[in-house]
Amino acid sequence: MNQPRRLEQGGLVDRERPVGFRFDGREMQGYAGDTLASALLANGVNVVNRSIKLHRPRGIVGHGAEEPNALLQIDRGAATLPDRRATQTELYEGLEARPAVGRPERDPAAAMGALSPFMPAGFYYKTFMSPRGWWERYEQVIRPAAGFGYAPDGPDPDIYDRRNAHCDVLVAGGGPAGLQAALSAARGGARVILADEQARFGGGLLASEARIDGGPALVWVDAMVAELAAMPEVTLLPRTAVFGNYDHGFVGLVERLGDHVPPQQRTGPRERYWRVRSRQLVIAAGAIERPIVFGNNDRPGIMMASAVTTYIRRYGVLPGRKAVVFTNNDSAYATVAALRAAGASVVVADAREEPGALAAAARQQGVDVRAGSAVLSAHGRKHVTAVTVGDLARHRHERLDCDLVAVSGGWNPAVHLHSHIRGPLRFDHDLAAPVPAPGPEHVRSAGACAGRFDLAEVLAAGAHAGAAAAGALGFEGAVAAVPDTQGADPVPGALRVLWRAPQPPEGKAPAFVDLQNDVKTSDLALAVREGYRSIEHVKRYSIMGFGTDQGRLGNIVGAGIVAELLGADLETVGTTTFRPAWTPVTYGALAGEELRELFQPVRNTPMHEWHVARGATFEDVGQWKRAWYYPRPGESMDDAVRRECLATQRGIGALDYSTLGKIDIQGPDAVTLLERVYTNNWQKLAVGRCRYGIMLDENGTPIDDGVTARLGEQHYLMYTTTGGAARVLAWLERWLQTEWPQLEVYLTSVTDHWATLSLAGPYSRDLVRDLGTDVDLDPQAFPFMSVREGHVAGIPARLQRSSFSGELTFEVSVPADYGLWLWEKAFELGEPYGITPYGTETMHVLRAEMGFIIVGQDTDGSVSPLDLGMHGLLSNRKDFLGKRSLARPDFQREDRPQFVGLQPEDPETIVPEGAQLVRNPDQTTPVPLEGWVTSSYYGARIGRSFALAMVNGGRERYGERLIAWDLDAGAIPVTVTAPSFYEPPQG
Amino acid sequence: MLLIPCPWCGPRDESEFSYGGEAHIARPREPESLSDAEWADYQFMRTNPCGWHREQWLHAHGCRRWFNVERNTATYAIRAAYRLDEAPPHREDAL
Repeated sequence: MNQPRRLEQGGLVDRERPVGFRFDGREMQGYAGDTLASALLANGVNVVNRSIKLHRPRGIVGHGAEEPNALLQIDRGAATLPDRRATQTELYEGLEARPAVGRPERDPAAAMGALSPFMPAGFYYKTFMSPRGWWERYEQVIRPAAGFGYAPDGPDPDIYDRRNAHCDVLVAGGGPAGLQAALSAARGGARVILADEQARFGGGLLASEARIDGGPALVWVDAMVAELAAMPEVTLLPRTAVFGNYDHGFVGLVERLGDHVPPQQRTGPRERYWRVRSRQLVIAAGAIERPIVFGNNDRPGIMMASAVTTYIRRYGVLPGRKAVVFTNNDSAYATVAALRAAGASVVVADAREEPGALAAAARQQGVDVRAGSAVLSAHGRKHVTAVTVGDLARHRHERLDCDLVAVSGGWNPAVHLHSHIRGPLRFDHDLAAPVPAPGPEHVRSAGACAGRFDLAEVLAAGAHAGAAAAGALGFEGAVAAVPDTQGADPVPGALRVLWRAPQPPEGKAPAFVDLQNDVKTSDLALAVREGYRSIEHVKRYSIMGFGTDQGRLGNIVGAGIVAELLGADLETVGTTTFRPAWTPVTYGALAGEELRELFQPVRNTPMHEWHVARGATFEDVGQWKRAWYYPRPGESMDDAVRRECLATQRGIGALDYSTLGKIDIQGPDAVTLLERVYTNNWQKLAVGRCRYGIMLDENGTPIDDGVTARLGEQHYLMYTTTGGAARVLAWLERWLQTEWPQLEVYLTSVTDHWATLSLAGPYSRDLVRDLGTDVDLDPQAFPFMSVREGHVAGIPARLQRSSFSGELTFEVSVPADYGLWLWEKAFELGEPYGITPYGTETMHVLRAEMGFIIVGQDTDGSVSPLDLGMHGLLSNRKDFLGKRSLARPDFQREDRPQFVGLQPEDPETIVPEGAQLVRNPDQTTPVPLEGWVTSSYYGARIGRSFALAMVNGGRERYGERLIAWDLDAGAIPVTVTAPSFYEPPQG
Repeated sequence: MLLIPCPWCGPRDESEFSYGGEAHIARPREPESLSDAEWADYQFMRTNPCGWHREQWLHAHGCRRWFNVERNTATYAIRAAYRLDEAPPHREDAL
């Protein structure tokens, strides 16, 4: 297998260890130590992707996180990763990559490129706005042509880990500054975490020929890493991106544990999300070289100068043999040297009129350096074949054949992590870029990300930042020695600001500011013409810096061009806000193991297994699994619910009521609390009695309801809805702590302590008697809405006579561990009475037949108890939460939606819940709305369908005919009635 | 993510807490004597400053105690946490 662009020697790849991989179906070979990008370049692959909007062919531009084009789909199936930057993907045996957009060679949508002049910023919004409502149709055509990458075809088979960690000093970036910082802090005694997104520490030194302490830089790096690794309080995290810097020292890291290993050899978690609290943070994130914009500057073969240097020196790959280096500063002369050393010919277009000593030295070595010149445009389609080079005054121009263009427009310090926590920026005029200004006290930037590029300075700055961070925490300062350096690459000095080259002589050509999002200079010009001034607005209109790119490569250049167009300076225009994440983080890493059964706790009642064995279907109510209904073989849900309903009327229906929220309330002021949170009166409730209550928020809106029993002089048991238990407890606690601390009341959640059987029906008393109890069941001794404590079947029990169904009901509560036993006993003894288990669906039907509301189903945040007709529950004698709001004029209106019943004219027709109520659906639109349906069922006990609803001024409209209208069901005639359908039996 | 110094438990992750809005808004003693505007003021109107703000927090997944915090809404810095029965540690004019 040949790698046509691989150099005979040099770099950190191991030529003894070939690695086979596939790109777009073609078998290729790279070496251990390659990234996917370096291996593709070595194989002579020019086009790796298509651009998102125009489907222009695109090649590799960068060598790290800044890469905008080489977003590839890695591997297949459920474990596939979309949009992985090839520059940050380590090569492994069997890796399979394909473009995330289109096909590299023969792309079916390539014609989009020809439409480029007709598709400026805002094109979709402007073009597909009419006719009204047609966007959905256009979308079906547009969407498949857009987007990056392909979703996995199944649930993620990988596992992801999460770890919480604390440290004194977190160092983000393991280049020369980061290594020095980590060692200085660690020697002072601080607990240190050093993270770097690459597999190997060293940062820029990995592609440098500098010598440190008289030896190769990487020897020094290895010694530093070895010393750090030997320190017990230091954690080294290679392959770990610091993706977000959040408040109070919280930092998010993602460690890629398995991505560099062939899928079948992966063991353990694929990624680990580190949630770190660091007391001090040293950012040593380096800098990103920025391009200069020119015509057709997106052609494959046009790369960042630093990327060219890196591919040559680190990977032993020469991306082209005939190179044009286009620069406006000194740093690209490292690329000139690297290209020449690798045997390439080089022409330099240096934008500076007086390029200085480095250019002079290059000339002396025979390099053609053209001062005051720029690359005006590139030629070639799938690969650059020539450029037009001209002087900036546009007097002369010349076409030069080439197969590589290396561009350096200066450097942008990577201020992202500093900016994440609103660290202020300062404009550095030498760099023409923002650099960190002193910001949050616990954060320091060191090295290139602080605008310092000279290696000796970087090493010193890192050491001082690490020592200062440790020192701020009281550790003894121990500044790591600053070693001697020789042969470091030139710094980006003597910059001549140049954001874009002049227009080429052959006329306009698309000039790209943001390659990933296909944003051109002309799009920015359009935005400015249309009146956008703020860079944040220009960004959103042109989509510059969107997506996974986040403007790492192009944003400063874009801001510079906008500044030119506005006639302002870049410092005034500023930059868009850098927000997390620095690079994309997978959902898998963030979700970790909080999936499926570990996503949320599941709560089962003590009788759960019985329900399962009995074939119940379940519904989720909050975290609870509640039996929904118990179908017999061959029964539909409807059949089952009707049978269950009738059982409560004719025999005994048994409901597992254990999930109901239960709050034990004790203390001398317990009744005062009830008086304040419930709308009705509680002072006269006798021991052994219970009462229904509804509680409101301060807006006067019901938030929960239920029955509360008085168990003793200062002892109450409050029942809440199943889903509302935690919320109600928190509500009571809040008022007790914040407003009424003088009340002596003790609240205990006892929901899980009790198992409750609700036995409803004419024979329920007989069954309780048969089970055996020491409670007097005589209706005179134990009337409706009473509670008794005693024993049932020999078990300590509470018996309560309250009912949502209207049937004779005994709620038997026993300690939870007896629940299943008692439930089974009740079914054993209840058989002669036709005992039938019923679930939540039947419960809902029964309560609706009685006209009892479900808070949150029949009510919403606009409904008051007045609307519900609960005037009798509103005490005049006292204040309660929400009472004052009920006196607001709007709550007093007579035409508000009020709670009513509905009878469909056809007793078999069930109106869909949520249906709208109107007088006449054939009226011209908009049809006036008369109300809406909140609950609707077939009532087996009343032998017909019925519904509950909110109807405008409904209490005055009983008997009126309305039409319930639903998109699917159509028009259903109904009659307004009182919200009560079932006449409970006496006794 | 904030690090909130619960007066009872010490510094804990924000994820253990829930937010209660502006502190020191006492419920009126006699709501029925208030005008609609006064009642609306109690219910809805908040100072919403850019800067130091006294606010209520609940250590919901901890001691379940409510307490007050002085937090800067611009920088998210927290300079004090105090119990409900304690006076604010900074004078009003320092807010």
